[in-house]
Amino acid sequence: MEHTIAAHEEHSGGGVKEIVRVTVILSVLTVVELALGFWMMGMPLESGLRLAVKGTIVILMLAKAFYIVGYFMHLKHEVKNLIMTIVVPLCLFIWFIIAFLYDGNSFKNLRNTYDPYKKEVSTIKVEKKEVKHEEKKTEAAPVEEKKVVE
Amino acid sequence: MNTSQYFCNEILDYNMSTSTTVTPTKLWGGGKSPFNVEYGKLMMWYFLMSDAFTFGAFLISYGTIRFSSNGWPDPNEVFKSFPFAPEGVHAPLVFVSIMTFILIISSVTMVLAVHAGHNMDKKRVVKNLILTILGGIAFLSCQAWEWNHLHSEGAWWGSNPFLNHDGTASSTNFTNYFFTITGFHGFHVFSGVIINIIMLIMTLMDKFEKRGHYLMIEKAGLYWHFVDLVWVFVFTCFYLI
Repeated sequence: MEHTIAAHEEHSGGGVKEIVRVTVILSVLTVVELALGFWMMGMPLESGLRLAVKGTIVILMLAKAFYIVGYFMHLKHEVKNLIMTIVVPLCLFIWFIIAFLYDGNSFKNLRNTYDPYKKEVSTIKVEKKEVKHEEKKTEAAPVEEKKVVE
Repeated sequence: MNTSQYFCNEILDYNMSTSTTVTPTKLWGGGKSPFNVEYGKLMMWYFLMSDAFTFGAFLISYGTIRFSSNGWPDPNEVFKSFPFAPEGVHAPLVFVSIMTFILIISSVTMVLAVHAGHNMDKKRVVKNLILTILGGIAFLSCQAWEWNHLHSEGAWWGSNPFLNHDGTASSTNFTNYFFTITGFHGFHVFSGVIINIIMLIMTLMDKFEKRGHYLMIEKAGLYWHFVDLVWVFVFTCFYLI
Protein backbone atom coordinates (compact mmCIF):
# COMPACT_ATOMS: atom_id res chain seq x y z
CA MET A 1 0.00 0.00 0.00
CA GLU A 2 2.82 2.41 0.81
CA HIS A 3 4.16 1.80 -2.67
CA THR A 4 0.84 2.77 -4.27
CA ILE A 5 0.50 5.97 -2.30
CA ALA A 6 4.03 7.06 -3.02
CA ALA A 7 3.56 6.45 -6.72
CA HIS A 8 0.23 8.24 -6.66
CA GLU A 9 1.58 11.54 -5.46
CA GLU A 10 3.95 11.80 -8.39
CA HIS A 11 1.26 12.41 -10.98
CA SER A 12 -1.24 14.54 -9.10
CA GLY A 13 -2.13 16.96 -11.90
CA GLY A 14 -1.43 20.63 -12.32
CA GLY A 15 -2.34 21.90 -8.84
CA VAL A 16 -4.23 25.07 -7.95
CA LYS A 17 -3.63 26.67 -11.33
CA GLU A 18 -5.48 23.84 -13.08
CA ILE A 19 -8.34 24.01 -10.54
CA VAL A 20 -8.81 27.72 -11.26
CA ARG A 21 -8.73 27.10 -15.01
CA VAL A 22 -11.37 24.34 -14.83
CA THR A 23 -13.56 26.47 -12.54
CA VAL A 24 -13.52 29.28 -15.10
CA ILE A 25 -14.34 26.85 -17.93
CA LEU A 26 -17.26 25.33 -15.98
CA SER A 27 -18.67 28.75 -15.11
CA VAL A 28 -18.41 29.98 -18.71
CA LEU A 29 -20.12 26.82 -20.01
CA THR A 30 -22.93 27.26 -17.48
CA VAL A 31 -23.42 30.92 -18.42
CA VAL A 32 -23.55 29.99 -22.14
CA GLU A 33 -26.11 27.27 -21.35
CA LEU A 34 -28.25 29.75 -19.44
CA ALA A 35 -27.97 32.33 -22.24
CA LEU A 36 -29.15 29.68 -24.74
CA GLY A 37 -31.99 28.78 -22.35
CA PHE A 38 -33.16 32.41 -22.20
CA TRP A 39 -32.85 32.76 -25.97
CA MET A 40 -34.92 29.60 -26.48
CA MET A 41 -37.89 30.95 -24.52
CA GLY A 42 -39.18 33.13 -27.34
CA MET A 43 -38.95 30.47 -30.04
CA PRO A 44 -41.94 28.63 -31.51
CA LEU A 45 -42.46 25.14 -30.07
CA GLU A 46 -41.78 22.89 -33.06
CA SER A 47 -39.03 24.86 -34.82
CA GLY A 48 -35.79 23.38 -36.08
CA LEU A 49 -33.83 26.19 -34.46
CA ARG A 50 -35.22 25.26 -31.05
CA LEU A 51 -34.13 21.67 -31.60
CA ALA A 52 -30.65 22.84 -32.63
CA VAL A 53 -30.34 24.95 -29.47
CA LYS A 54 -31.39 21.96 -27.36
CA GLY A 55 -28.72 19.87 -29.08
CA THR A 56 -26.11 22.53 -28.36
CA ILE A 57 -27.13 22.58 -24.69
CA VAL A 58 -26.70 18.79 -24.50
CA ILE A 59 -23.22 19.05 -26.04
CA LEU A 60 -22.26 21.76 -23.53
CA MET A 61 -23.61 19.51 -20.74
CA LEU A 62 -21.35 16.68 -21.89
CA ALA A 63 -18.40 19.08 -22.00
CA LYS A 64 -19.12 20.06 -18.38
CA ALA A 65 -19.32 16.40 -17.41
CA PHE A 66 -15.95 15.80 -19.08
CA TYR A 67 -14.29 18.60 -17.10
CA ILE A 68 -15.79 17.51 -13.79
CA VAL A 69 -14.85 13.83 -14.23
CA GLY A 70 -11.51 14.46 -15.92
CA TYR A 71 -10.09 17.18 -13.70
CA PHE A 72 -12.11 17.47 -10.47
CA MET A 73 -12.42 13.70 -10.09
CA HIS A 74 -8.90 13.41 -11.42
CA LEU A 75 -9.70 10.59 -13.85
CA LYS A 76 -7.63 12.13 -16.65
CA HIS A 77 -4.47 11.78 -14.54
CA GLU A 78 -5.08 8.13 -13.60
CA VAL A 79 -3.57 5.05 -15.21
CA LYS A 80 -5.09 4.08 -18.55
CA ASN A 81 -6.26 0.71 -17.16
CA LEU A 82 -8.40 2.47 -14.58
CA ILE A 83 -9.83 4.95 -17.08
CA MET A 84 -10.88 2.08 -19.36
CA THR A 85 -12.64 0.08 -16.64
CA ILE A 86 -14.74 3.17 -15.85
CA VAL A 87 -15.38 4.59 -19.32
CA VAL A 88 -15.94 1.42 -21.37
CA PRO A 89 -18.96 0.17 -19.34
CA LEU A 90 -20.48 3.66 -19.52
CA CYS A 91 -20.54 3.30 -23.33
CA LEU A 92 -23.67 1.20 -22.75
CA PHE A 93 -25.44 4.53 -22.33
CA ILE A 94 -25.07 5.23 -26.06
CA TRP A 95 -27.30 2.27 -26.88
CA PHE A 96 -29.46 2.86 -23.81
CA ILE A 97 -30.35 6.45 -24.75
CA ILE A 98 -30.90 5.88 -28.47
CA ALA A 99 -33.02 2.75 -28.00
CA PHE A 100 -35.30 4.12 -25.29
CA LEU A 101 -35.89 7.57 -26.77
CA TYR A 102 -36.61 5.99 -30.16
CA ASP A 103 -39.03 3.63 -28.44
CA GLY A 104 -40.83 6.49 -26.68
CA ASN A 105 -41.17 8.43 -29.91
CA SER A 106 -42.41 5.39 -31.78
CA PHE A 107 -45.01 4.72 -29.07
CA LYS A 108 -46.28 8.29 -29.42
CA ASN A 109 -46.67 7.91 -33.19
CA LEU A 110 -48.42 4.55 -32.88
CA ARG A 111 -50.88 5.89 -30.34
CA ASN A 112 -51.61 8.99 -32.38
CA THR A 113 -52.27 6.79 -35.41
CA TYR A 114 -54.36 4.05 -33.83
CA ASP A 115 -55.94 5.77 -30.81
CA PRO A 116 -57.95 8.74 -32.13
CA TYR A 117 -59.53 9.38 -28.72
CA LYS A 118 -56.15 9.84 -27.08
CA LYS A 119 -55.07 12.11 -29.92
CA GLU A 120 -58.22 14.23 -29.67
CA VAL A 121 -57.93 14.60 -25.90
CA SER A 122 -54.37 15.85 -26.23
CA THR A 123 -55.52 18.75 -28.42
CA ILE A 124 -58.28 20.08 -26.09
CA LYS A 125 -57.23 23.32 -24.50
CA VAL A 126 -58.08 23.73 -20.81
CA GLU A 127 -58.28 26.78 -18.57
CA LYS A 128 -55.31 27.58 -16.39
CA LYS A 129 -56.37 27.27 -12.79
CA GLU A 130 -55.14 30.12 -10.64
CA VAL A 131 -54.32 28.48 -7.32
CA LYS A 132 -54.02 30.80 -4.39
CA HIS A 133 -52.27 29.76 -1.21
CA GLU A 134 -55.45 30.07 0.84
CA GLU A 135 -57.55 27.92 -1.46
CA LYS A 136 -55.54 24.77 -1.14
CA LYS A 137 -58.51 22.81 0.21
CA THR A 138 -60.96 23.68 -2.58
CA GLU A 139 -58.37 22.94 -5.22
CA ALA A 140 -58.82 19.18 -4.80
CA ALA A 141 -62.01 19.12 -6.90
CA PRO A 142 -60.64 20.42 -10.25
CA VAL A 143 -57.69 18.06 -10.01
CA GLU A 144 -60.10 15.11 -9.84
CA GLU A 145 -61.93 16.49 -12.87
CA LYS A 146 -58.72 16.62 -14.86
CA LYS A 147 -57.96 12.97 -14.20
CA VAL A 148 -61.24 11.98 -15.84
CA VAL A 149 -60.31 13.94 -18.98
CA GLU A 150 -57.08 12.00 -19.29
CA MET B 1 9.39 -26.23 5.84
CA ASN B 2 12.73 -24.57 5.71
CA THR B 3 13.30 -25.33 2.04
CA SER B 4 9.88 -24.07 0.96
CA GLN B 5 10.44 -20.86 2.86
CA TYR B 6 13.75 -20.53 1.15
CA PHE B 7 12.13 -20.90 -2.25
CA CYS B 8 9.47 -18.38 -1.38
CA ASN B 9 12.10 -15.86 -0.51
CA GLU B 10 13.91 -16.71 -3.67
CA ILE B 11 10.77 -16.04 -5.77
CA LEU B 12 10.03 -12.82 -3.91
CA ASP B 13 13.54 -11.59 -4.51
CA TYR B 14 13.25 -12.47 -8.15
CA ASN B 15 9.94 -10.61 -8.53
CA MET B 16 11.18 -7.54 -6.76
CA SER B 17 14.28 -7.31 -8.87
CA THR B 18 12.33 -7.62 -12.14
CA SER B 19 9.69 -5.06 -11.17
CA THR B 20 12.16 -2.47 -10.02
CA THR B 21 14.92 -2.84 -12.55
CA VAL B 22 13.67 -4.29 -15.83
CA THR B 23 10.25 -3.10 -17.03
CA PRO B 24 8.59 -0.24 -15.17
CA THR B 25 5.95 0.19 -17.95
CA LYS B 26 4.52 -3.34 -17.67
CA LEU B 27 1.50 -2.75 -15.43
CA TRP B 28 0.40 -6.38 -15.26
CA GLY B 29 3.90 -7.79 -14.76
CA GLY B 30 3.29 -8.19 -11.03
CA GLY B 31 4.96 -6.54 -8.09
CA LYS B 32 2.84 -3.41 -8.19
CA SER B 33 -0.78 -2.21 -8.33
CA PRO B 34 -1.91 -2.21 -11.98
CA PHE B 35 -4.42 0.57 -11.35
CA ASN B 36 -2.01 2.55 -9.22
CA VAL B 37 -4.74 3.63 -6.78
CA GLU B 38 -5.61 2.55 -3.30
CA TYR B 39 -8.24 -0.19 -2.92
CA GLY B 40 -10.89 2.01 -1.30
CA LYS B 41 -10.59 4.64 -3.99
CA LEU B 42 -10.95 2.06 -6.75
CA MET B 43 -14.08 0.70 -5.09
CA MET B 44 -15.46 4.23 -4.75
CA TRP B 45 -15.04 4.59 -8.52
CA TYR B 46 -16.96 1.38 -9.15
CA PHE B 47 -19.69 2.40 -6.73
CA LEU B 48 -20.03 5.73 -8.52
CA MET B 49 -20.23 3.92 -11.85
CA SER B 50 -23.15 1.83 -10.57
CA ASP B 51 -24.75 5.00 -9.20
CA ALA B 52 -24.32 6.61 -12.61
CA PHE B 53 -26.36 3.76 -14.09
CA THR B 54 -29.09 4.31 -11.50
CA PHE B 55 -29.37 8.00 -12.31
CA GLY B 56 -28.99 7.26 -16.01
CA ALA B 57 -31.91 4.83 -15.86
CA PHE B 58 -34.05 7.46 -14.08
CA LEU B 59 -33.25 10.17 -16.60
CA ILE B 60 -33.66 7.91 -19.63
CA SER B 61 -37.01 6.73 -18.29
CA TYR B 62 -38.01 10.39 -17.96
CA GLY B 63 -36.85 11.03 -21.54
CA THR B 64 -38.78 8.02 -22.87
CA ILE B 65 -42.03 9.16 -21.27
CA ARG B 66 -41.48 12.71 -22.46
CA PHE B 67 -40.85 11.50 -26.02
CA SER B 68 -44.02 9.42 -25.91
CA SER B 69 -46.21 12.35 -24.74
CA ASN B 70 -47.99 14.76 -27.04
CA GLY B 71 -47.40 17.67 -24.70
CA TRP B 72 -45.20 18.62 -21.77
CA PRO B 73 -45.22 21.55 -19.30
CA ASP B 74 -42.98 24.52 -20.04
CA PRO B 75 -40.19 24.59 -17.41
CA ASN B 76 -40.00 28.36 -17.73
CA GLU B 77 -43.60 28.59 -16.53
CA VAL B 78 -43.23 26.02 -13.75
CA PHE B 79 -39.89 27.18 -12.28
CA LYS B 80 -40.37 30.94 -12.51
CA SER B 81 -40.46 31.85 -8.81
CA PHE B 82 -37.87 33.28 -6.51
CA PRO B 83 -37.73 33.42 -2.69
CA PHE B 84 -38.90 36.69 -1.13
CA ALA B 85 -40.05 37.94 -4.54
CA PRO B 86 -43.60 39.29 -4.87
CA GLU B 87 -46.34 36.86 -5.87
CA GLY B 88 -46.63 36.32 -9.64
CA VAL B 89 -43.05 37.32 -10.43
CA HIS B 90 -41.74 35.90 -13.72
CA ALA B 91 -38.07 34.98 -13.22
CA PRO B 92 -37.42 31.70 -15.05
CA LEU B 93 -34.00 30.01 -14.72
CA VAL B 94 -32.79 32.57 -12.15
CA PHE B 95 -33.20 30.56 -8.96
CA VAL B 96 -31.96 27.30 -10.49
CA SER B 97 -28.84 28.98 -11.89
CA ILE B 98 -28.01 30.15 -8.36
CA MET B 99 -28.40 26.55 -7.17
CA THR B 100 -26.13 25.36 -9.98
CA PHE B 101 -23.41 27.86 -9.12
CA ILE B 102 -23.62 26.97 -5.41
CA LEU B 103 -22.94 23.33 -6.30
CA ILE B 104 -20.11 24.16 -8.72
CA ILE B 105 -18.40 26.39 -6.14
CA SER B 106 -18.76 23.75 -3.41
CA SER B 107 -17.17 21.27 -5.81
CA VAL B 108 -14.25 23.66 -6.28
CA THR B 109 -13.72 24.03 -2.52
CA MET B 110 -13.77 20.22 -2.28
CA VAL B 111 -10.98 19.97 -4.89
CA LEU B 112 -9.02 22.53 -2.90
CA ALA B 113 -9.51 20.42 0.26
CA VAL B 114 -8.23 17.32 -1.56
CA HIS B 115 -5.30 19.33 -2.89
CA ALA B 116 -4.48 20.63 0.60
CA GLY B 117 -4.65 17.02 1.82
CA HIS B 118 -1.98 16.06 -0.70
CA ASN B 119 0.29 18.69 0.82
CA MET B 120 -0.58 17.55 4.39
CA ASP B 121 -1.92 21.06 5.07
CA LYS B 122 -4.44 20.39 7.83
CA LYS B 123 -5.52 24.00 8.27
CA ARG B 124 -6.54 24.43 4.63
CA VAL B 125 -8.26 21.03 4.56
CA VAL B 126 -10.43 22.13 7.49
CA LYS B 127 -11.19 25.53 5.93
CA ASN B 128 -12.18 24.11 2.55
CA LEU B 129 -14.19 21.24 4.04
CA ILE B 130 -16.22 23.75 6.08
CA LEU B 131 -16.87 25.80 2.93
CA THR B 132 -17.95 22.64 1.07
CA ILE B 133 -20.35 21.67 3.86
CA LEU B 134 -21.82 25.19 3.87
CA GLY B 135 -22.28 24.98 0.09
CA GLY B 136 -24.08 21.66 0.43
CA ILE B 137 -26.36 23.01 3.14
CA ALA B 138 -27.10 26.11 1.02
CA PHE B 139 -28.05 23.89 -1.93
CA LEU B 140 -30.31 21.73 0.22
CA SER B 141 -32.00 24.85 1.62
CA CYS B 142 -32.66 26.11 -1.92
CA GLN B 143 -34.14 22.77 -2.86
CA ALA B 144 -36.28 22.67 0.28
CA TRP B 145 -37.67 26.11 -0.59
CA GLU B 146 -38.38 25.08 -4.17
CA TRP B 147 -40.14 21.86 -3.18
CA ASN B 148 -42.17 23.73 -0.59
CA HIS B 149 -43.13 26.38 -3.11
CA LEU B 150 -44.18 23.83 -5.76
CA HIS B 151 -46.13 21.93 -3.13
CA SER B 152 -48.00 25.09 -2.16
CA GLU B 153 -48.93 25.50 -5.84
CA GLY B 154 -50.52 22.05 -5.75
CA ALA B 155 -47.68 20.03 -7.28
CA TRP B 156 -46.71 16.75 -5.67
CA TRP B 157 -46.40 13.07 -6.56
CA GLY B 158 -49.68 12.27 -8.31
CA SER B 159 -50.88 15.84 -8.73
CA ASN B 160 -49.87 18.29 -11.44
CA PRO B 161 -51.45 21.77 -11.50
CA PHE B 162 -49.46 22.89 -14.54
CA LEU B 163 -50.68 22.85 -18.13
CA ASN B 164 -48.76 21.71 -21.17
CA HIS B 165 -46.79 24.16 -23.28
CA ASP B 166 -49.67 24.42 -25.78
CA GLY B 167 -52.41 24.92 -23.16
CA THR B 168 -53.68 21.33 -23.08
CA ALA B 169 -54.11 19.25 -19.94
CA SER B 170 -50.91 17.67 -18.62
CA SER B 171 -50.50 14.27 -17.01
CA THR B 172 -48.90 13.68 -13.62
CA ASN B 173 -45.79 12.21 -15.26
CA PHE B 174 -44.05 15.57 -15.09
CA THR B 175 -44.35 16.07 -11.33
CA ASN B 176 -43.75 12.37 -10.58
CA TYR B 177 -40.45 12.41 -12.41
CA PHE B 178 -39.44 15.82 -11.11
CA PHE B 179 -39.94 14.96 -7.44
CA THR B 180 -38.49 11.46 -7.73
CA ILE B 181 -35.30 12.46 -9.54
CA THR B 182 -34.56 15.74 -7.75
CA GLY B 183 -35.48 13.96 -4.51
CA PHE B 184 -33.02 11.16 -5.20
CA HIS B 185 -30.36 13.71 -6.08
CA GLY B 186 -31.16 15.77 -2.98
CA PHE B 187 -30.76 12.65 -0.86
CA HIS B 188 -27.31 12.15 -2.39
CA VAL B 189 -26.42 15.76 -1.53
CA PHE B 190 -27.63 15.14 2.02
CA SER B 191 -25.48 11.99 2.35
CA GLY B 192 -22.54 13.91 0.89
CA VAL B 193 -22.91 16.63 3.52
CA ILE B 194 -23.00 13.97 6.27
CA ILE B 195 -19.88 12.29 4.83
CA ASN B 196 -18.09 15.64 4.64
CA ILE B 197 -19.01 16.43 8.25
CA ILE B 198 -17.53 13.06 9.31
CA MET B 199 -14.38 13.88 7.30
CA LEU B 200 -14.18 17.27 9.03
CA ILE B 201 -14.45 15.68 12.47
CA MET B 202 -11.81 13.07 11.57
CA THR B 203 -9.49 15.81 10.32
CA LEU B 204 -9.97 17.84 13.48
CA MET B 205 -9.20 14.73 15.56
CA ASP B 206 -5.88 14.39 13.66
CA LYS B 207 -6.84 10.92 12.35
CA PHE B 208 -5.26 11.59 8.96
CA GLU B 209 -2.16 13.24 10.40
CA LYS B 210 -1.53 10.04 12.37
CA ARG B 211 -2.17 7.89 9.28
CA GLY B 212 0.28 9.97 7.30
CA HIS B 213 -2.08 10.60 4.37
CA TYR B 214 -5.42 12.23 3.54
CA LEU B 215 -6.72 9.56 1.12
CA MET B 216 -10.10 9.45 2.89
CA ILE B 217 -10.72 13.06 1.85
CA GLU B 218 -10.11 12.04 -1.76
CA LYS B 219 -12.77 9.33 -1.58
CA ALA B 220 -15.28 11.73 -0.02
CA GLY B 221 -14.28 14.21 -2.72
CA LEU B 222 -15.05 11.72 -5.49
CA TYR B 223 -18.52 11.23 -4.06
CA TRP B 224 -19.10 14.96 -3.77
CA HIS B 225 -18.03 15.65 -7.36
CA PHE B 226 -20.33 12.90 -8.55
CA VAL B 227 -23.24 14.68 -6.85
CA ASP B 228 -22.27 17.84 -8.75
CA LEU B 229 -21.99 15.81 -11.97
CA VAL B 230 -25.50 14.40 -11.58
CA TRP B 231 -26.85 17.90 -10.99
CA VAL B 232 -25.38 18.99 -14.35
CA PHE B 233 -27.59 16.38 -16.02
CA VAL B 234 -30.68 16.95 -13.86
CA PHE B 235 -30.42 20.72 -14.33
CA THR B 236 -30.21 20.34 -18.11
CA CYS B 237 -32.97 17.76 -18.47
CA PHE B 238 -35.56 19.40 -16.21
CA TYR B 239 -34.93 23.13 -16.27
CA LEU B 240 -33.23 23.98 -19.58
CA ILE B 241 -34.50 21.64 -22.27
